[in-house]
Amino acid sequence: MSDTIARICKLLEPFNTNNAALSPQTDISTDLNIDSATVMDFVMEVEDHFDIELPLNVLAEIRTIAELAEAVEARTRKA
Amino acid sequence: MIDLLDKHRPIAERFARARSLGVNTIGVTNERMISPTRAIINGRETILAGTNNYMGITFDADCIAAGNAAMEKSGTGTTGSRIANGTYALHQELEEELARFLNRRHCIVFTTGYQANLGMLSGLAGPKDTIFLDADSHSSIYDGCTLSGAKLVRFRHNDATDLDKRLARSEGEEGGRLVVLEGIYSMLGDRAPLADFVEVKKNRGFQLLADEAHSFGVLGPNGRGLADEAGLEDEVDFVVGTFSKSVGAIGGFGAGNHPQFEVLRYAMRPYMFTASSSPASIATSLAAVKKLAAESWRRDRLRLNSARLFGGFKALGLDMGCDVVSPVIAVKCPDEVTALGMWHALLTAGVYVNIAVPPGTPNKLCLLRCSVSAAHTDAEIDRIIELFGEVVAAGHGRKVVNG
Repeated sequence: MSDTIARICKLLEPFNTNNAALSPQTDISTDLNIDSATVMDFVMEVEDHFDIELPLNVLAEIRTIAELAEAVEARTRKA
Repeated sequence: MIDLLDKHRPIAERFARARSLGVNTIGVTNERMISPTRAIINGRETILAGTNNYMGITFDADCIAAGNAAMEKSGTGTTGSRIANGTYALHQELEEELARFLNRRHCIVFTTGYQANLGMLSGLAGPKDTIFLDADSHSSIYDGCTLSGAKLVRFRHNDATDLDKRLARSEGEEGGRLVVLEGIYSMLGDRAPLADFVEVKKNRGFQLLADEAHSFGVLGPNGRGLADEAGLEDEVDFVVGTFSKSVGAIGGFGAGNHPQFEVLRYAMRPYMFTASSSPASIATSLAAVKKLAAESWRRDRLRLNSARLFGGFKALGLDMGCDVVSPVIAVKCPDEVTALGMWHALLTAGVYVNIAVPPGTPNKLCLLRCSVSAAHTDAEIDRIIELFGEVVAAGHGRKVVNG
């Protein structure tokens, strides 16, 4: 597991209230049963942890932890 | 073949669960309206404490007469959009009256408040711009942002420092920046700390839009909203508001002093491609805005009523959404089942309030949301407090649900 994915999983812990097993292929919304507003709150934590901007329109394209990690890495590289 | 409606199964199951508890939150019908604060619901006379009818102006004789006269004179509907055959002298008169009331050079009227946000946000921001919106923004703001195609950055609720941090991250990017706030937030009743945001605006530079949906007609010495109350109207570039709350009708507006403001009429699809408001609706709005301007006692009465309900709830020890008196007074419930039970018990006992549950609420809160009206009598407010004491403070919600 990449460092980014591990860090995202750590940030996801407080939101994973059902303690579902996390993998890169986990769908953040449907597999973890997290509603749309809570997903946005989680992404705010990700933005602050990595000090990047993940606009909501980018978020609309992201479903899995791996996809989120990819978006985070693309933005940290840019910075 | 995949059934398109299958994706809604989780939400259908959630409502089925509520119905199995004997509670139908979205099936409330006002069988007959008696007054701005009373209706027959389930055959019983019920006090209405969740209508956003802040001024209680819906049954005002002058407003009704104005609506009737306009319908007699101009017909039942305009059958056209504002940019085709749907602009009547009445629409222009309302825009002029509102501009006067708001002390703004320009005002554009929309058919609903929802469309006012869709129109203003999509007209102001485009794909190259960035909109910074408060995390607790109303759905119409989120939808307007989506329609604009702009980059959307969400900042922590009422947190100017957090906005500043997010603005810093986007420095040097192309396009304009629009920050969106609300005067009073509809779920918890808290106000935006406008002075803090204005400080950030001075340092960073952006254009500011305030949605005064719940504060227009309510806050400030002139009733113009939060910016009026805070004495910071010059710092707010664009104001959005609705006629479905303090104005007691339906419709919305966008206003501002920008010299190019009128061009928005040709750049806002939710303005251009919908029929304009009916003559009756425009005329009642016009009559109501004139009353808001002339009758400041309505705001005073609303403030007194809000303080009475707030004080009563505080004395009961209820956990409230915010610690400042506001016409929106939300009571926190421990969980959804308890909230459903308490809401149902309150309705059965004779008071209608709004129930609000995630994801429609911030921080996963389950709320019993009251909105106060200037038309509430002291006796009605006291009865609402009494029933909250019997049901909510005594924790009877769960018991009722379980029969």
